[in-house]
Amino acid sequence: MKANRFWSWAFLILGIAYFVLPLLGTVEFSLKMRRGEYSLDAYWAVLADPRFQATFGYSVMMAVATIIAGVVLIVPTAYWIRLKLPHWRPFIEFVTLLPLVIPPIVIVFGYIRLYNTSSWLPLTGTAAGTNLLLMFGYMTLSLPYMYRAVDTGLRAIDVATLTEAAESLGAGWLTIMWRVILPNVLVAVLSGAFLTFAIVIGEFVLAALLNRPAFGPYLQLIGANRAYEPAALAVIAFAITWACMGLIQLVTRFQKHTMARR
Amino acid sequence: MTDPSALASPAPPRRSLSFAWLGVVPFLAFALLFLILPTLQIITGAFRNPAGEFTLENIANLFQPSIMSAYWISIRISFASAFLGCLIGFLMAVAITIGGLPVWLRSPLLTFSGVASNFAGVPLAFAFLATFGRLGLVTLILRDWFGINIYGMGFNILSFSGLTLTYLFFQIPLMILIVTPALDGLKREWGEAAAILGASRFQYWRMVALPILWPTLLGTFALLFANAFGAVATAYALTGSSLSIVPILLFAQIRGDVLQDPHLGYALAFGMIVITGIANFVYIWLRGRAERWIK
Amino acid sequence: MSFLEIASLQKDFGGIRVVKDFDLAVEKGEFVSFLGPSGCGKTTTLRMVAGFEQPSSGVIRIDGRDVVNLKPNQRNIGMVFQAYALFPNMTVAQNVGFGLKVAGRPKAEIDARVGEMLEIIKLPHLAERYPFQLSGGQQQRVALARALAVRPQVLLLDEPLSALDAKIRVSLREEIRAIQKTLGITTIYVTHDQEEALSMSDRIVVMNEGRADQVGTPFEIYNRPTTRFVASFVGTLSTLEARVLDPATGSVTIGDSTVSLGYRLAARQAGDAITLALRPEAVTLGRNEARDVHLSGTIKDVSFLGSVIRVRVAVGSGTVSLDTFNSPSAPPPQPGDQATVSFAPGDLLVMED
Repeated sequence: MKANRFWSWAFLILGIAYFVLPLLGTVEFSLKMRRGEYSLDAYWAVLADPRFQATFGYSVMMAVATIIAGVVLIVPTAYWIRLKLPHWRPFIEFVTLLPLVIPPIVIVFGYIRLYNTSSWLPLTGTAAGTNLLLMFGYMTLSLPYMYRAVDTGLRAIDVATLTEAAESLGAGWLTIMWRVILPNVLVAVLSGAFLTFAIVIGEFVLAALLNRPAFGPYLQLIGANRAYEPAALAVIAFAITWACMGLIQLVTRFQKHTMARR
Repeated sequence: MTDPSALASPAPPRRSLSFAWLGVVPFLAFALLFLILPTLQIITGAFRNPAGEFTLENIANLFQPSIMSAYWISIRISFASAFLGCLIGFLMAVAITIGGLPVWLRSPLLTFSGVASNFAGVPLAFAFLATFGRLGLVTLILRDWFGINIYGMGFNILSFSGLTLTYLFFQIPLMILIVTPALDGLKREWGEAAAILGASRFQYWRMVALPILWPTLLGTFALLFANAFGAVATAYALTGSSLSIVPILLFAQIRGDVLQDPHLGYALAFGMIVITGIANFVYIWLRGRAERWIK
Repeated sequence: MSFLEIASLQKDFGGIRVVKDFDLAVEKGEFVSFLGPSGCGKTTTLRMVAGFEQPSSGVIRIDGRDVVNLKPNQRNIGMVFQAYALFPNMTVAQNVGFGLKVAGRPKAEIDARVGEMLEIIKLPHLAERYPFQLSGGQQQRVALARALAVRPQVLLLDEPLSALDAKIRVSLREEIRAIQKTLGITTIYVTHDQEEALSMSDRIVVMNEGRADQVGTPFEIYNRPTTRFVASFVGTLSTLEARVLDPATGSVTIGDSTVSLGYRLAARQAGDAITLALRPEAVTLGRNEARDVHLSGTIKDVSFLGSVIRVRVAVGSGTVSLDTFNSPSAPPPQPGDQATVSFAPGDLLVMED
């Protein structure tokens, strides 16, 4: 037993060292912009860059749009599968897991070929169309996580009984979705949403290949041309990811409390 | 599936006139337009020439040394990072679940894994450059304090070993997230029953625990492999185009930088699908064999 | 010297003593049950015998050998767990043969022993099934065969029937007892179900708050409980408040009748309050002249249990439960009816305070 615990500590400490060192290294490097002393110069330089503000704003917009469109598509679908088509579930789940198997670069390559200016649906012909295509691409990337989160949330409530109760009270389809189902899976939806946000905000490949002015390509550009700013950006990106995960934890904990009160 | 219990379970009653499937039409349309059709476009494109006729020439063109070596190094990196990610992640998950460590360690480590598994892409490359690059923190500490020059020893962050080291940053946490619930599923009674029957700890792991975990381990390995194989952003931000792995070759090809033949791009992408597909097919096949004893 | 000896066994968990001064000597081939409510320390005691818990102090000897410092896999003990702890990745035959396989026995010997064990539990046709394809009762029989296949010196069973349906519980407990007798294996059986303990055991240890309250045969435990806890935990008991009239002859007053218990009441004074207890089966409804004590009162409630009807009658000094046989021709008594209950003074148990 004692030997066991020794090895457990050994593995854990080695593992943690591997994870902490790059973070320390990055933070340290990001502070070294001014010669001979630590300063926040790299951060000020980044934050003052108008391209940072523009691309970051663009990516936030894309993330919000992706989340809204994803919720509108996935919540009713997962609900419907649970309620009416349970024998479709394995098939639908298979589809939702495909984006984990097909590399994103392959998917976006398909978009470029399928929706180019000379195709039947020339989405890439206009900026608005390309933005739309990028949003659908992000929905595809986040599909495995979003669907799973919502489906887990639905499993925890009795969909059929809630629906019948609402119908017996005269609620229509839209009312059921908006007033009954969505509030009950809100926590699951939110945790899926934060995960989507974390994925979209720094995404590079889709945005770069569709030529959109997003945060990911900006990061790459800075990385290729500057020395200290990339480290500062990495710290900022890591902080955003932490914030998203922290919010997931927070809403999950909040749910536990409301459940306990019932 | 040859699962007897699946055959035995009663089929849901068939309603003759049901329009329930209409409810999933939006989802199916989305999946078709933005997932299935683009992929099929790539697959069919790999077997067509610019005039739209069937050809195997694109596939044949993959078999040139530069492309073959790109595939080979991609497979090696993906395999190494998936294997090490599984191994290290497994050991860390064992340490926090059944390794006798304090309970309070578990929750922060899982939360951190959630963060780190999503911390891929460009920022991750920056972090590793700042740490293991020529002027990175660890490189300098090792050189100045311990007299170890890792670059002199052949390490390079812009290489197979460097990329593998970097990928592990998201591979290990992903493994921890997936395998921890599986380890929680190992009943304490199994270990006790094995012990009281005279089995050593090693025999318990070899004959009971690992066979039970095997499907999860395999599945995670396949997932990690595909994860590393398709990763572009980290590698591109880390190495630019200096390390020729398949996703970067394809990226450059799509941008029109290097290869001029668009149909070779189709073939490259098709090759990627084939390899991640094989990884998953092997997984499903092995799992089918390993899971005879599961409902 | 007894086959299994436990002496002065203690166990502390974080400052709380969960097993206190536990002593027990089990003879070879004996079937001993640990009976008690959850949290009484019975499972902890069993797990110390198995080697999963380290005693804080005390001795455990099997066949003269001190095992306290041996690991579970060195103790030569068989154990059946509450939750079916069959290895899900192995067939029935592989499960049963596991102990022999890890001991490095030749395959022919393992196969022969597995076949033998499957005959004993009457499941030879299921050898190639996986645990998930078996019912709960079948799984526990396989678990028993697996524990016995290695020919352990001692068999431990930790509430093996508590997850099963009522009917299977009864048939399986008879089967376990029969196998135990045939093999003559020394057995400790942990249960919270008094019916199981009473029907299966040679002796019962009734445990309460970490202590062995009473050790005795089922007959002794049921009929002569020595503590109030044992009396109330095992079987149903009605209590009557009485007053001591003469401690030397053992005469007491219950309400307005005087009863002679027929033995001396040590350490009691005339006029002391005393609690007496009665088993339902010792009481009859109506005036029964064969019995000396008759109390009258009002029927409080009547529950129909099938073959018997349980009636509770409020008499002045307490409520008496009794069972009468169901007779389809006679209507059952009704709550509110006046009734007389009769019993013999020898059936009264004196409760210690």
